[in-house]
Amino acid sequence: MEFSLSPDNISAYLIVSGLLFLFGVLTILTRRNAIYILLGVELILNAANLNFVAFSRFGGFGIDGQIFAVFIIILAASEAAVALAIILQIFNNYGTVDLTETNLMKK
Amino acid sequence: MEQFFESATPAYITMAIVLIPLLGFIIQIFFGIKLPRKGDFVPTTAIGLSALLSVYLGIQMFRVYDPGLCYESIKTGVEWRWLDYGNVKVFAGVLLDNAGIVMLMMVSVVSFFIHLFSIGYMHGDRYYQRFFAYLGLFCFSMLGLVASDNLLFMFIFWELVGFCSYLLIGYFFYEEEPPKAADKAFMVNKVGDCFFMAGIIIIFHVTGSFNFREIFHSVESGEWAERAAEIGIYAGWITPQGLLTLAGLLVFGGAMSKSAQFPLHVWLPDAMAGPTPVSALIHAATMVAAGVFMVGRMFPFFTPTALLIIAIIGMITAFVTATIGIVHFDIKKVLAYSTCSQLGYMMLALGVGGFTAGLFHLITHACFKACLFLGSGSVIHAVHTQDMRDMGGLRKKMPFTHGTFLIATLALTGVPCLSGYFSKDAIIANALEWGMAEKGAAYMPFVFASLAAFMTMFYMMRLMHMTFWGKPKNQEKYDHAHESPPVMTIPLIALAILAIFAAGTILPWQTAAETWYGDLVERPEAVVMAESAHMHDAQHEFEHLHHEMHEVHHTAHYGALGASLSMVVLGFFFAWLFYGKKVLSAEKVATAIRPVYKTVVNKYYLDDFNDVVFVRGLRKFCNLLKITIEAAIDFLVNFAGYFTRFVSFTQGLVDKYIVDGMVNFWWWFSHLLASLFRVLQTGNTKDYLALALLGAVIISVLMLFV
Repeated sequence: MEFSLSPDNISAYLIVSGLLFLFGVLTILTRRNAIYILLGVELILNAANLNFVAFSRFGGFGIDGQIFAVFIIILAASEAAVALAIILQIFNNYGTVDLTETNLMKK
Repeated sequence: MEQFFESATPAYITMAIVLIPLLGFIIQIFFGIKLPRKGDFVPTTAIGLSALLSVYLGIQMFRVYDPGLCYESIKTGVEWRWLDYGNVKVFAGVLLDNAGIVMLMMVSVVSFFIHLFSIGYMHGDRYYQRFFAYLGLFCFSMLGLVASDNLLFMFIFWELVGFCSYLLIGYFFYEEEPPKAADKAFMVNKVGDCFFMAGIIIIFHVTGSFNFREIFHSVESGEWAERAAEIGIYAGWITPQGLLTLAGLLVFGGAMSKSAQFPLHVWLPDAMAGPTPVSALIHAATMVAAGVFMVGRMFPFFTPTALLIIAIIGMITAFVTATIGIVHFDIKKVLAYSTCSQLGYMMLALGVGGFTAGLFHLITHACFKACLFLGSGSVIHAVHTQDMRDMGGLRKKMPFTHGTFLIATLALTGVPCLSGYFSKDAIIANALEWGMAEKGAAYMPFVFASLAAFMTMFYMMRLMHMTFWGKPKNQEKYDHAHESPPVMTIPLIALAILAIFAAGTILPWQTAAETWYGDLVERPEAVVMAESAHMHDAQHEFEHLHHEMHEVHHTAHYGALGASLSMVVLGFFFAWLFYGKKVLSAEKVATAIRPVYKTVVNKYYLDDFNDVVFVRGLRKFCNLLKITIEAAIDFLVNFAGYFTRFVSFTQGLVDKYIVDGMVNFWWWFSHLLASLFRVLQTGNTKDYLALALLGAVIISVLMLFV
């Protein structure tokens, strides 16, 4: 399989989606604030979305990929809502959303 | 009337003779106390019946008058299947030959008179009933011994007789001396019994039978020679003939103790601690005769060597015990040593081949010795002492006792015309014959026998002088003395009559061989004489001996007659010098040969020897054993303790380090794991997120490669 960055090749889109995934993981791993982590999760989801659409265009799977992408957007939305609710509760309990301070374990 | 001895009747009669006294014993021992007169008539009647039946057998024997009579109940089908295990068969039956029938008669008749005597003598004794019971048991045992046809049963009765002797010697158990004397008698007898048993075992091992006839046949047919050479235990170190001699000597060992031969005679004088009727019956007439009778039964079995040793021991016994008899003052002890001496005579006779003479002397001796003992019992009953130094002059006070005692004494010492003369003279004649046949040192039995005859006369006359003649030494006892009641004097008279007429003749020029006994009882042929026995050395020795003895037979007889008569006269004369006229003083002689005198009085220190070596030695040995074993056991017990502690300690170690260790290991292991995994539980949400992502990555990688 040749590798080229032209929009006729799937490689470009996969690289972008891979980079997005990477950034998302980095964000999850390095942020303190819970909302930032949520952003990271969104990034990951969107990376996956992009993947699906790319394969749908170049992989010969028909339109299935794009349908799946719509589902993912819906799921991402609902999941964000739930996550925000949880973060709200975290704030109510701990008085902060800094995840490094939500350690109940005795030191 | 040959038919009588070919039917089963004699067997049944003999069984009755043997068993009726046993019945008497059983009734007496259990019910005697409750019967009137404490049941003394029960055993007396029993033995009386046995006596009558024995006399009946004797009459039948006289009718047949066959020296070769040998009735075996096994042949007529009367036998007792005692052991039957295929290889080992012991069938017990009755054996009657002339000697045996005469012996049965003698035992039962003499026993009967002694029973009668005991009724008077033991009167008032606290355990009167027990005495008669034991007498009954003894009679049963003795009669059984005489009637047995095999060595095993003879041995059984032999032991039984020894046991009865123990019971009767120790009759006065509450006194100090009798139990010890009884123990001694039993122990010394047991020594001989061990030898006897060894001999029986060898015989049984080689011949496979206990029956006399079968044993003799086994040797005659050469089976002994074959088997003795085969059996590994014997083949290596002893020839068949040597084994035959050995077995014979071992069997004689039993006779040595039972018939009080030197040195196993030591029990007999001490046995006088028993009641006098017991001394008369057991230790004069019957039990001690059992050994002689057994030698007679086994006579064909002995080789010339064995007979030589028997003769030597008999000769030593006859001489040595007579010397001891001279120096004692207890009337019963003198008679006891006299018995030992006469038994030595009998063994001597059998050893030199005087079969008839020896057994005949047994019969006559029984009669007059029993009379003497009963007479002494009568005297003791009258003066209440046994010490002759307190007696004297009893002739006037106790005429019947004196008369019968004198007759019996004359018979014992071999004064012509009385029965003892015939038997004793025959013995001395046989000894001289043997000496002349073998020459040289072989004259010793004759010399010793003659000297013993002199001493016999001497000590018996000494006894007569001290007891019956002369002046009373203890006036008080003399005044007290009175003649015994008829129940005691009648047996004395009866026995004295027997002592006179037992030989069936009173003509002094007749010899024993011409008496009824000499006709009926002939010397049996030795088994080694059979050609098939393959014992040629012994066979030739016997042939030579018998030939020589036959040659000198006549001359020997006159020589012996001269010797014995001169001994009689000399003995009487010297005794009269010492104790009658008191010309010579016994005390002076005793002081003159003081060391010799001391030795003799102390019975040649035999008793002391036995005491130090066997009794004390055994005690010391047992003590030593006790200490050793105690030390060993202590060691063992302590060791057990130490060992247990050691094992427990080791187990403790195991418990502490291994078992606990295994448990502790899991603790450590789980701690290890926990400490490993605890790292993951930070409580930090971000760490959990990271882990979740890591997990997702791993799963996707795995899915790629699965």
